Amino acid sequence: MKITRLIIVAVGGQGNLLASKMLGEAALSAGIPVHMSEIHGMAQRGGVVESSLVFGDAESTIISNGEADILLGFEPSETLRALNRCNKNSTVITSLAPIPPFTVAIGKGVYPDLDQLQKLIRSRTCKLIAFNALELAKQAGNIMSTNMVLLGALIQTNILPITTDQIKTAIKTKTKKIFLDVNLKAFDLGFEAALKFSEFKASR
Amino acid sequence: MHKLLQEQTGAKIMLLGNESIARGAIEAGVAFATTYPGTPSSEISLNLFQISQESDLYFEYSTNEKVSLEVAAAAANSGLRTLCMMKHVGLNVAADPLMTLAYVGVKGGLVIISADDPFMFSSQNEQDNRYYAKLSGLPMLEPSCVAEAKEMMVQAFDLSEKLQEPVIFRTTTRINHSSAFVDLGNIKPRIVKGHFERDPFNYVTVPAVSRNLHVKLLKNIKKAALESEASALNFINGDGPLGVICNGVSFSYVSDAVKDLKIADKLKVLRIGFSNPLPENLIKKFLADCLKVLIVEEGEPFLEEAVKAMAQEAGLTLEIKGKSDKLFSRLYEFDPAMVRTSIANYFDLPDRPGIAVSTDDLPEIPARPPNLCAGCSHRATFYEVKTAANEMGLDIICPTDIGCYTLGFLPPLSMGDFVICMGSSVSSACGFAKATDQKVVAFIGDSTFFHSGITGLINAVFNNHNITLVILDNSITAMTGHQPNPGVDMNNFNLSGYGQVKIQEIVKAAGVKHITMIKPFKVKKSISEIKKALEYKGVSVIISQEICSLYAKSIKQLSDRSFYITDKCKNHRDCINEIACPAFFLDADQVKIDAVACVGCAVCAQICPENAILPLPKKQS
Repeated sequence: MKITRLIIVAVGGQGNLLASKMLGEAALSAGIPVHMSEIHGMAQRGGVVESSLVFGDAESTIISNGEADILLGFEPSETLRALNRCNKNSTVITSLAPIPPFTVAIGKGVYPDLDQLQKLIRSRTCKLIAFNALELAKQAGNIMSTNMVLLGALIQTNILPITTDQIKTAIKTKTKKIFLDVNLKAFDLGFEAALKFSEFKASR
Repeated sequence: MHKLLQEQTGAKIMLLGNESIARGAIEAGVAFATTYPGTPSSEISLNLFQISQESDLYFEYSTNEKVSLEVAAAAANSGLRTLCMMKHVGLNVAADPLMTLAYVGVKGGLVIISADDPFMFSSQNEQDNRYYAKLSGLPMLEPSCVAEAKEMMVQAFDLSEKLQEPVIFRTTTRINHSSAFVDLGNIKPRIVKGHFERDPFNYVTVPAVSRNLHVKLLKNIKKAALESEASALNFINGDGPLGVICNGVSFSYVSDAVKDLKIADKLKVLRIGFSNPLPENLIKKFLADCLKVLIVEEGEPFLEEAVKAMAQEAGLTLEIKGKSDKLFSRLYEFDPAMVRTSIANYFDLPDRPGIAVSTDDLPEIPARPPNLCAGCSHRATFYEVKTAANEMGLDIICPTDIGCYTLGFLPPLSMGDFVICMGSSVSSACGFAKATDQKVVAFIGDSTFFHSGITGLINAVFNNHNITLVILDNSITAMTGHQPNPGVDMNNFNLSGYGQVKIQEIVKAAGVKHITMIKPFKVKKSISEIKKALEYKGVSVIISQEICSLYAKSIKQLSDRSFYITDKCKNHRDCINEIACPAFFLDADQVKIDAVACVGCAVCAQICPENAILPLPKKQS
């Protein structure tokens, strides 16, 4: 079975671990082997949270530099920071809603320019899907659903061996009832947002 | 019902490595479990703590790892299947009981988990605890993946009972914090009450007894070697003249490399899962069948040195390498591509070229270091001690300790000058105070104080050192995920039947004459109280009491009231420059407060020179 490697980067509290769990559940129901790894010791202290998911016949749970098929970034500067995990055939999906690190507020760094950031990623990888996931999460009804928006975009690319139905079932089993409608709406909005990128590319 | 208690034998579920280990213990019929929390082991104990609340499993958070192992030693010698878990550096604390418990042995199975942390994701060092197995003479098992961890845990209990010795179960972060599918097995019934057979001539380790017990231990090591030799946990994959010997997660990377490089017919892999004692005959036979061998192990050359010695004994002269400048480092952790490339280079095989995009010319991305949370009481205390010392013109040294508050060493607080291990703040303060004329102010958290700060404090009183100890009491073990400690009100966990130890009473009983209680969110009052403590010659203790804001939020004790910055702000930026709460951000060069992040501690409002920070009007509910 083909091996597909996915890296997710986020800032503590953005819900990437839950998104990873849902992908894991969906893979289980699809009968696809998956190995995941996460680093989250300092997550609640404002640090970076990274998960790696390896689908298919591999034993490793982590992904070396250059070996990610997809990089999913919940925060644009963190996406850029993880770019060395990609190769020229990688697809990058990123939210464009910045969460500036505190170092920026105390003048110990400059937040990268978003246009330049996108240009850089686009020039080195196969495809960039970039949009403001926070806005879509708000539109769905809850800023905490950013993770579902990005999950929608991820599934739309069709690179993972997971179908929309399988992931939606996983979302249903892993979401508290009162958040379910918002989460599913957020997923659909992210899916549609990513769809526009494939249409855009086709029309060019 | 807790998901790890489900009886559905054969069901496949997705588990975190630490959940898989906990499930393995449950399937083995573990009846008694002790720990002191420490990443990357924490979720094992968290799950067992939860399970103990709905079953007859006994679980305790002990005051430290030494206590935890001693409690476990008694339970196991009363015949119960017992699990004692800790992070790698915890085993240093428990090393004293470990060494002699190996002489004494156990009756019921005792498994000791050492969760090592290569790369130091959340630790002060990356020591390789495999040497503890060698040092103590105890058998050691090491899983290579999440699913195997569960199966191996059951085998560890069986092995411990068979050999009547504790078994060390050694993991690394990438086992603890990886997830994969796990097949559930049968749960053995728990036997929760034991009986201790008095046998002082085998249990009371006076020299005359220990001389016999050491003989017994050496016999047991021989028996364990036979077990290792016959164990299915040491196995060979593939075939060919080239050989790799590996352990733990490295086995996963090696397996992927063999597939990637398509060399299953050229290279055979000896996976060592039972790693002390090593299967000497198996290894010698493996070496004899190889032209060249590479040892793939993270950390120290534990296998490498042993394998080379075995080759010498067997009169074999083949090339054996592992750690070297051109191959593997003793530093940090491995990754799949690194292992693949090293295998290709060492055996002269074609490798897949590196394909990572170039990132040399990327703009500098601002660092995102972890930070004390918005509304963290430690921030307030650090600011107040710093201000008090500055106003008194004191040149201070701040030995600090292990917990969230270690982060106080970062600018702009910069309150933290020396840390080596749990409890070292107060004892190293004693040394600094005698060796220098500088004023010493040490910081320690509540859980760390109970863990190993008390003895240092008593030392300070007895030897009359001139130190101030600040105990940052946020009423929980915060860093590792809000575990209880002896100072915690267990009603917060909806649990009864626990005692509660007051830090103030301990400090008083230790003979400290100058004790100050402060509420750190009252800035002015705290600073003036701190000054009095700093003036005192001798041992003074400041207990700064305020609940962890994250914990308060999780138990719904937080009176959430956000603050905002009014247009009186003249951009002095004392708030950002002095206390650096992550709720602040800059918007068009003006400081703003993120109302979602702000928990309303009001510390910034008290230090703003323009009084420009005010509470938001209460939300209408």
